[in-house]
Amino acid sequence: MSAHSIQRGVSLYSFQEEYFLRTMTLEDCVRAAGDMGARGIEIIPEQSIPGFPHLTDAFVDDWFAWMEKYGTTPVATDLFLDTKRYPGRWLTLEEQIASVHRDIDIAVRLGAGIIRAIINTPPEVMEGAAPYAEEKGVRLLLEVHAPFHYEHPWILEHLEVMHRTQSPALGLMPDMGTFVERFPRVVSERALRDGADPELVDYIVKTYDDHGDTHALMDIMNYRHGGPVEVGLARQATHYIWTDPRSMLPHMPLIGHIQAKFYEMTLDETTGATAEYSIPYDAIVPVLVEGGFDGYLSSEYEGNRHIQDAFPVDSVEQVRRQHAMFARLLGE
Amino acid sequence: MFDQYIVCEDGFRTRDDGHPGGVVEVRMPYYRGLGLSMVEAVDLVLDGTPVPPSRTTFTVHGTTYPFDQLPSVLDDRWEMGERAQLAFETDEPLAPGEHDVAVSVRLRISYMPVPGGGRDAKRLTLPAGAAA
Repeated sequence: MSAHSIQRGVSLYSFQEEYFLRTMTLEDCVRAAGDMGARGIEIIPEQSIPGFPHLTDAFVDDWFAWMEKYGTTPVATDLFLDTKRYPGRWLTLEEQIASVHRDIDIAVRLGAGIIRAIINTPPEVMEGAAPYAEEKGVRLLLEVHAPFHYEHPWILEHLEVMHRTQSPALGLMPDMGTFVERFPRVVSERALRDGADPELVDYIVKTYDDHGDTHALMDIMNYRHGGPVEVGLARQATHYIWTDPRSMLPHMPLIGHIQAKFYEMTLDETTGATAEYSIPYDAIVPVLVEGGFDGYLSSEYEGNRHIQDAFPVDSVEQVRRQHAMFARLLGE
Repeated sequence: MFDQYIVCEDGFRTRDDGHPGGVVEVRMPYYRGLGLSMVEAVDLVLDGTPVPPSRTTFTVHGTTYPFDQLPSVLDDRWEMGERAQLAFETDEPLAPGEHDVAVSVRLRISYMPVPGGGRDAKRLTLPAGAAA
């Protein structure tokens, strides 16, 4: 194990099932993260803070009191860019930059130094907001989210801005959903429960797992008499991607945070070992160590939506398993 | 992603303003709150018959809006997991007992090329003795 300074954190997105159903409060989410030694907290203000974008002083006081109480640190906030806020017209460039400025102010108020810029944020908005981010001492990191990857024209446009401006505020936030090596079985099994034709499900899963051409899968489902469930599953197969995790290496100076997406953490009852079913973290983490990444691996559990119809969702246990894996891979 | 939770199983009741009709509690099938100008529709089908949006109103945290007003509401939100009250008028008072309630939510989500949202249908029971 090479020396590294990678830290562990949780995006509270991971507990969305419990938060939605009000079986966990925001404080419960922070406590759960602290309990598993995941010290860095990532929050989606629009998800977790009623009254957004207005944060009361009382909320901010509670927030910092929880950090102290549970031994956690605010690390990142996630912004959205509602370009379609008004019916019938798009936000202007100035309005988009103003929206990012607002979210920079919120991150600063919550004590987070990193802001996730959602994938639809245009490069010119990143460029326009960079000076304010620099002034406030925060980094604005574009999420590299499937189906995008480091060679994609949309990402290349962003990289052009980052390299040309050399703004220390701009960078990238890889989402590990770009490294889905095999199709998440929680997704294909859900399709089967929803009545999908098993042969067509197999076709989709095999095409994906062989890293075959998924572009026309939706059409093929249609040719093979698939309905909405099969076509929907095919669409999912075009929205996961597998690329070599080493594709992050040339961009390491820009990478400030990792969204550690996952769909299903398995547990070997005999050995106690935990692993992600479809994302090879045992290949990813060494790449981050090799590249000198020194930020947070921030859990992003997204399996709840695929199992909630048939199984109890236990997001805390899923995140706990992911952190047991991280602790092992990081040599803790 | 939260379609199955749109229609709340409890809270189905008659209106309290003396008009015939009812109230069903609904949640947004999305993982964050959304400004009301981006809530394009919360359509109700009661016992197989669509209720026109003009006969429904939408209430979040105590503030009630007619649906034709939502596109211009820029300073209020439907919070994540929040139970909103979808109130509707009918010609005749609702009979106590079971009713089929189907709700379809359409959201304008900026990073998606197609409308977001979802749909849910449940059989709800209007408590006996609660009918107007």
